[in-house]
Amino acid sequence: MAVVFEKTKGLTDVPFHYCPGCSHGIVHRLVAEVLEEMNLLGDAVGVASVGCSVFSYNYFDCDMVQAPHGRAPAVATGIKRSFPDDIVFTYQGDGDLAAIGTAETVHAATRGENITVIFINNAIYGMTGGQMAPTSLPGQVTQTTPYGRDVKIAGYPVRVCEMLSTLSGTALAQRVAVNNVKNVRDAKKAIRKGFENQINKRGYSIIEVVSACPTNWGLSPLDANKWLEENMLSYYPLGVYKDVTADSGEVK
Amino acid sequence: MAEKVLMKGNEALAEAAIQAGCRHFFGYPITPQTEISAYLSKRMPKVGGLFLQAESEVAAINMVLGAASTGVRAMTSSSSPGISLKSEGVSYIAGSDLPCLIINVQRGGPGLGGIQPSQSDYWQATKALGHGDFQLFVLAPSTIQEMVDFVPLAFDKAEQYRMPAMILSDGMLGQMMEPVTLPDPEKPFDREANIASKPWATNGTKGKRKKNIVNSLYIQPDELEKLVVERFERYEIIKKNEQRAESYLTEDADVVVVAFGASSRVSRSAVNAARAEGIKAGLIRPITLWPFPENAIEAVVPTAKVFLDVEMNMGQMIEDVKLVVNGRKPVEFFGRTGGIIPTPAEILAQIKRLAKEGK
Repeated sequence: MAVVFEKTKGLTDVPFHYCPGCSHGIVHRLVAEVLEEMNLLGDAVGVASVGCSVFSYNYFDCDMVQAPHGRAPAVATGIKRSFPDDIVFTYQGDGDLAAIGTAETVHAATRGENITVIFINNAIYGMTGGQMAPTSLPGQVTQTTPYGRDVKIAGYPVRVCEMLSTLSGTALAQRVAVNNVKNVRDAKKAIRKGFENQINKRGYSIIEVVSACPTNWGLSPLDANKWLEENMLSYYPLGVYKDVTADSGEVK
Repeated sequence: MAEKVLMKGNEALAEAAIQAGCRHFFGYPITPQTEISAYLSKRMPKVGGLFLQAESEVAAINMVLGAASTGVRAMTSSSSPGISLKSEGVSYIAGSDLPCLIINVQRGGPGLGGIQPSQSDYWQATKALGHGDFQLFVLAPSTIQEMVDFVPLAFDKAEQYRMPAMILSDGMLGQMMEPVTLPDPEKPFDREANIASKPWATNGTKGKRKKNIVNSLYIQPDELEKLVVERFERYEIIKKNEQRAESYLTEDADVVVVAFGASSRVSRSAVNAARAEGIKAGLIRPITLWPFPENAIEAVVPTAKVFLDVEMNMGQMIEDVKLVVNGRKPVEFFGRTGGIIPTPAEILAQIKRLAKEGK
């Protein structure tokens, strides 16, 4: 019988701990497939961040370093500057990247740090049980915004790709989703572009994946997907916010 | 024998880092460590190395974590408030068993404190530079020559025991000039061999080995306990093998001064002045602050009449001195803090008082 699908060599055999309907599983697979297809697994060093995806160091079948909360871009900088020919990526959630690690993120981008950043934006803190994230939507009910996110108290959600696209060191800022087949395919292409940029020494590439967290949203996987489509995609429109290979670098 | 050159402490230490094979420095501006960063920003590009000014102390220590994880010799330098910011990263580095070098050119505290020399980070360096059960290997230089010599020593010990090392200097040693002999450049550091000696490094498998993970997270308590206990077994070996101290005129001393770093220099002058007046004074100068040189102090407990602990703080190391002496002899304290260096006359007065009281 012809083999039509195999698990990528970019993932180990350790079973994922992720919840049903969580986007991490798909995104892990896409990153691993791209690394395998581009023959980069032997050169790759991944940086796991604090949050649900911290255990990605067990899942990706390449060298992995676990960073303190928010510091993955700094840790990745140290790795990349020591071994510039290695392929260095971070895998970060929204709390990690856009709250506690904002300074590290902005400065890695503005330095044009030649790394690839996979950013999971699911509008909530997953590991700690569903607190407000920097990307939680106005009105969104979380454990720490039980009456809905009141922007007068908690401020507004951060649009990361839009913000980073203003920085000269950013090579790619693209927002994707994995809520349907087409978007999964587009997401994989964007991730591939992020690693191609690194090989071509173009600078900082960030692929933001608008993601679902059914458990902490209190929804079934199907309803979570629907909630994502109806609420998140209008605040976080999918698209390319900066791509130095497609334009002269101006903000779109 | 290499020629002696006159150098400022911070710059001598920075040059020693180059000679020790460090090619990855990550820093953030702060007084009074300034010359280390300034010097390395000039020197690193000339030797194919990296000087990177980070966006914060927090980022700088995490860049060190990343660089150290690949197996290269990485370092950072800062002064007291900046070291507090690094404490998160230091804990992760210790929990990940990574070697690296951290320089603290101490100034007065707490808070923003002052910019004059101090030794008030003794507790931080030896007891609690971050959360969790761990230690740093801590060296306290008292001369510019030691600022130079301790850099390769600190890297060697950090790598031998897979732990962060610190050189605990201060604003006086950092800013003063003395003649020093730099390491002989005839024996260049072998970077490739050094990296190859670290089979745990995360610098790409190249398809030749299984993946490495640099990690400090262990969700299962029994697994975490086992790793921490193993680390402490290593610490016991370090305590046994790596204690360093200088004992000066202690054989017949009635009054034994215990002081490290800058305050030990002043104490030595005071001990000499006391001897000139016929008082049997001596000095024990801890060189390793962790492991604390218990043996050197234990050796003089039978003969000493009294110990005088001298520090540029409100009395921190004295707790470790008292633990060794354990009530067998009195341990007195004299210190100045806030950025003030005690004078030889002040310390001599204390020695004379204790000598008189002891008779």
